[in-house]
Amino acid sequence: MAQLISLMIDDKPVKVPEGTLIVNAAKKVGIDIPVFCYHPKMEPVGMCRMCLVEIGRPQIDRETRKPVLDEQGNPVIQFGPKLETACTTPVSEGMVVMGMSDKVKKGRQDILEFLLTSHPLDCPICDKGGECPLQNLTMEHGPGVSRFLYDEKMHLAKHYPLGDLILLDRERCIQCGRCVRFQDEIVGEPVIGFEQRGRSLQIETFSDPGFDSYYSGNTTDICPVGALTTTDFRFGARPWELKPVASVCSQCPVGCNITYNIRREARAGGRYVIKRVLPRQHEEVNEIWICDKARFAGYQYAESPERLTRPMLRRNGELVESSWDEALQVVAERFKAATGGLVTYAGGRLSNEDLFNLKQLTEGLKGQAILKSSIGGGVLVAQMGVAKGTDLGKLGAGDAILVIASDLQEEAPIWWLRVKQAADRGATLIVVNPRQTRLDRFATHTLRYDYGSETATVLAMINALESKKTRLPDWLAKYRPNRFQTAAAKAFAGAKNGIILFGQEGMDLPRSQELALACANLLFLTDHLGSPNNGLIGVWESANTQGAWDMGFRPSTELKEMFSSARAVYVVAADPAGDDPSLADALEQSEFVVVQELFLTSTARLADVVLPVTAQPEREGTYTTGERRVQRFFPAIPAPGGVIPDYEIAARIGERSGLKMENRAASLVFAQLAARVSDYEGLSYRSLAETHEQWPIIGRDDLYYGGTAYENTQGLGVQLMPSSQKRKIFQVNWQEPPVRVSGKGLLGVPITRLYDRGATVTPSRSLASRVPGPFILVNETTAQKLDMHNDAPVQLMLAGSAYSAMLRVDTAVPESVVLVPRSLGIPLSELQPVDIRVAETTPA
Amino acid sequence: MSTFLLLRHREIPNLDQLDVYRQHGGFEAFQKAITTLQPKEVTDEVKASGLRGRGGAGFPTGMKWSFIDNNNWPHYVVANADESEPGTFKDREIMEGNPYQFLEGVMICAYAVQAQSAYIYLRGEFWQLAAELDKRIQALEAAGLLGDNILGTNFSLRLYTHLGAGAYICGEETALLESLEGKLGQPRLRPPFPPSYGLYGKPTIVNNVETLTNVPLIVARGAKWYKTMGTERSPGTKIFSLCGQVNKPGNYELPLGTTFRELIFTHGGGLKDGRKVKAIMPAGASSSIIVATEEALDTPMDYENTQKVGSVLGSASVIVIDDSVSMEWVINKTLHFFKHESCGKCTPCREGTYWMMHISDRISRGQANEEDLETLNDVALNIQGKCLCALGEFSTMAVVTGIERFKSDFELRLAQNANPESPETVLAAVD
Ligand SMILES: Cc1cc2nc3c(=O)[nH]c(=O)nc-3n(C[C@H](O)[C@H](O)[C@H](O)COP(=O)(O)O)c2cc1C
Ligand code: SF4
Ligand code: SF4
Ligand code: SF4
Ligand code: FES
Repeated sequence: MAQLISLMIDDKPVKVPEGTLIVNAAKKVGIDIPVFCYHPKMEPVGMCRMCLVEIGRPQIDRETRKPVLDEQGNPVIQFGPKLETACTTPVSEGMVVMGMSDKVKKGRQDILEFLLTSHPLDCPICDKGGECPLQNLTMEHGPGVSRFLYDEKMHLAKHYPLGDLILLDRERCIQCGRCVRFQDEIVGEPVIGFEQRGRSLQIETFSDPGFDSYYSGNTTDICPVGALTTTDFRFGARPWELKPVASVCSQCPVGCNITYNIRREARAGGRYVIKRVLPRQHEEVNEIWICDKARFAGYQYAESPERLTRPMLRRNGELVESSWDEALQVVAERFKAATGGLVTYAGGRLSNEDLFNLKQLTEGLKGQAILKSSIGGGVLVAQMGVAKGTDLGKLGAGDAILVIASDLQEEAPIWWLRVKQAADRGATLIVVNPRQTRLDRFATHTLRYDYGSETATVLAMINALESKKTRLPDWLAKYRPNRFQTAAAKAFAGAKNGIILFGQEGMDLPRSQELALACANLLFLTDHLGSPNNGLIGVWESANTQGAWDMGFRPSTELKEMFSSARAVYVVAADPAGDDPSLADALEQSEFVVVQELFLTSTARLADVVLPVTAQPEREGTYTTGERRVQRFFPAIPAPGGVIPDYEIAARIGERSGLKMENRAASLVFAQLAARVSDYEGLSYRSLAETHEQWPIIGRDDLYYGGTAYENTQGLGVQLMPSSQKRKIFQVNWQEPPVRVSGKGLLGVPITRLYDRGATVTPSRSLASRVPGPFILVNETTAQKLDMHNDAPVQLMLAGSAYSAMLRVDTAVPESVVLVPRSLGIPLSELQPVDIRVAETTPA
Repeated sequence: MSTFLLLRHREIPNLDQLDVYRQHGGFEAFQKAITTLQPKEVTDEVKASGLRGRGGAGFPTGMKWSFIDNNNWPHYVVANADESEPGTFKDREIMEGNPYQFLEGVMICAYAVQAQSAYIYLRGEFWQLAAELDKRIQALEAAGLLGDNILGTNFSLRLYTHLGAGAYICGEETALLESLEGKLGQPRLRPPFPPSYGLYGKPTIVNNVETLTNVPLIVARGAKWYKTMGTERSPGTKIFSLCGQVNKPGNYELPLGTTFRELIFTHGGGLKDGRKVKAIMPAGASSSIIVATEEALDTPMDYENTQKVGSVLGSASVIVIDDSVSMEWVINKTLHFFKHESCGKCTPCREGTYWMMHISDRISRGQANEEDLETLNDVALNIQGKCLCALGEFSTMAVVTGIERFKSDFELRLAQNANPESPETVLAAVD
């Protein structure tokens, strides 16, 4: 515990830990010292000079080194001749800070006058107007009249694109450097910076494409003026017309808390529409940041004109619209008739309520509940996941994080950011991946392995451990550690807290199950289980994959057989036919296919019944994050007429099949769920909506402190306890990974890219230019051997079929390996031999 | 005793040749230091000499060296050869004429703080000079005076030159360090100061070229000898760069404490016939403007006495202004300079210099009134005490003192503006 320091700020006594900056000490007792360049998440720079205050310190006697006292016995306070910056000055014992004196008021007025000399004052048309720190502080402290001649104002570019997503208004920029420091200090991707000097100092991007970072949108939140705007929101609405609705991002397992800003609009017939997505503070999940996928893809799909709004039945080979009644009746009858032969195949995009009801229905009809997931290990995460109380933001020196088989920035951008920052704070970061990723730069240990030998790497690390709690199986001895693995294993074992994240790089179901088990064993043997900031995290492909595991869904390696032999297949929030043509064939063979979806997917096209559903921003529900935090989202916009939430559809089918199921409200479904799913026991929508004060304090009158991120008033959710935290004694299993012989030639490897062609990404207007067409990655040597060059159109031969793609050369790819991004049109789902041919035609 | 400590090349031909420099005692001080003295003893000697930084602030050099953080390694030494203050041209002459004495000073400093790398940061326009210095560094390497285990000791050192890209602010030590690291040249927040957090975050000593050039002599001949020159609190000699309306502008190495009168009239050859000294800017464009009264002319030029006439000695670039010049013109020139050179990092300087220049331009163009003059003065006062580094403060010195001490120059201009037909002559502007 740091020592407490007592001081006075504006006549209020304050006690704060040593090292606290004056601005923050003031904030803690409700005094707002105005700032522009200071941001509580970044190192102070003292550039804008807005926070100037008068600071007095007790006069110290040179001889005795004690404070000099006046006649009344009070310490004599000496004030310096100059104002000092409260954002750079740490508190000291006995300090007296004056933030309201005439001198300070004059100082603030002067700084604002200076800033306004070169400010365009286009408040009436400025996106920031109404939530603008410069506007607010000018109202409060500004001079009121301008002595600066308008004609002498400097005129600069007003629509300067830093990239496809962010535009800069150079006249409005007040050179506070927050955006630059965010990219540099917080993200570690300094793709924007200052150039020129003096009054010509301006922001420029140094990357190609411009502002190339998945975190770029955050700069628009923390920019204290309307200089940075997003292409989706600029000139779209005035802040005071917007209502905030709390939600959770549906794009990845991090579960970033977000706010949808909505307003009624004529173009939507007077109905509410989402105008923008902003972060909602959750210091244990996403702090006040979100990635660009959340901001730009998180909602636009809901507005797509391609949305399904009527149920459809296949009649005479054609899908035709029908009534809900008829459609549900047909489905219920066929499902009932299929008893024992029903396969429910659901995606991790669904909420816990949906999955719970789908499971009830499937179980009631003695069917199988199958999860769409190419990685396994969810049961292990429920047992050995990170314990309740975990906060990646608390990890630092003495702790260790191991990231294996993951391109974490592409798979879960905000985890990447938090892991990177933990490394910045001194945590040991062990990155284990077959190729270099953006995380390597921050790693203490970097281990490489050949695709397919990830589990062997972990087993070797286990062998490198000195003290072993249990007798290890004999077969383990053959996994001999090299010195890098030994060093990493020892570092991990020696850490106070240890977390392992296992991801999607080159993964398929069997391999990842083996990997998760090996990781769980490593955690067990190193005592990194059962307490906060310890345990296993699965970097799932979807936002609620963990919830699906918890609700009892399991992935399967036998999908093809299952589909083709099923008497009824119920596909919810998944597109197996689109993912893999062989699954399409399998579905064709099954007797009856129902698809419950937002869009007419490939699978929907071959279905017998298609049921249209409500989109996430149109309804309520809960997701469980990869860190097993259950969080609520709320309805933001009205659903188009004719759609129904997934949980309700499942319940209505269930009722018609003679099952007793809850269809009235998500909250009631959740109540049932909490009663039946033991890990969720005791949870309710109310407990998930609880909050507590978070630091930094943001989102109040003083927008300038945290930017436009929202304060969290609607719930921080609840983190679940893994079994390892509930029970003391723990059993780990061992499983020897089977020997797989890899063939000669080229090895195709599935990887994940953030901007893919997922159902909710493609409709995003903002991201359209960033989402690539199908492409594959090889290194130079491989390209040379193939006699192909960068950006060549090629055909990838996979299991007898040809897929068009662009070939890109990337030095990080191992030799003879072909990386194939998932969800970009090439159905590679496991490590598999591939072949590359010159394309006859350029891919579309 | 010879007349020069620093400009010795004026007496000794070819002093810029290594062998000539060595024939005249060159590198004996360095050899003495690294073979017979402990690093701390070197620092103590410099401390005892009372040598003060010649880069502007006059900070005691030995004291600065003693602040080096010995718990954090490696250490660096950086010679500030940015020499950008208008009116200053002394470092250039040293580096051209007496380069080895300067380099020896850098090397002794490096030994005193146990740095193995030292950088010489030169303003971009000094590219030819940098090339010359590179050759001299090679000569030193060839002579075994630089490199590994110099003269059989444990001490190893390498020197590097680095060119700036043409920014006055890069003479400010922390902006210089940023620039040296390859970043945009903007000052850092201080504290921490370079001796604890300098180049690449490592303890670093930044000293001016002239400061370092004094060091070999102090080590060779002792602090006591050094203190026999100059004044008690400002010991040693100083190179005064004299310019402006004098007959013989140039560098004059004189003991600190020499009067303005002696510099201007005895050494600088006085002014053109019939002209009188009106004002003096003793520290280049950053100076407060001294009214050249008889009393002021008799003021000794040292760090303390210059303050008594309302200015600072700074880098001692003495600009002499005669009575044909309007101060209104002078501050307009300084404002153009500062507006051009502000780094833009902090608000008051970035915006204030731009604003002041525009008002001043209007005054010059005859488009201003009394109120504008007041605003100009007020803007300057509002900048003061609020900036991140000293440049912002510098930009206001001539403005505030010019208006305060030479009000009539401005009033005359405004009056003429009010009535352009007026036959009254206005003081000419010199080009
Ligand atoms: C705006 C500004 C410009 C400066 N320019 C120079 C310069 O060109 N050369 C220099 O030696 N010091 C310059 N200085 C002073 C340096 O910051 C620093 O104090 C000096 O290099 C320290 O060396 P010294 O102790 O030997 O004087 C400048 C300071 C400021 C604020
Ligand atoms: S940034 Fe703020 S002050 Fe500037 S134009 Fe926009 S709303 Fe107005
Ligand atoms: S763009 Fe905004 S955040 Fe960036 S420097 Fe300018 S005002 Fe600051
Ligand atoms: S005072 Fe001027 S030069 Fe110094 S940091 Fe501020 S803007 Fe830059
Ligand atoms: S200088 Fe303190 S907030 Fe900018």
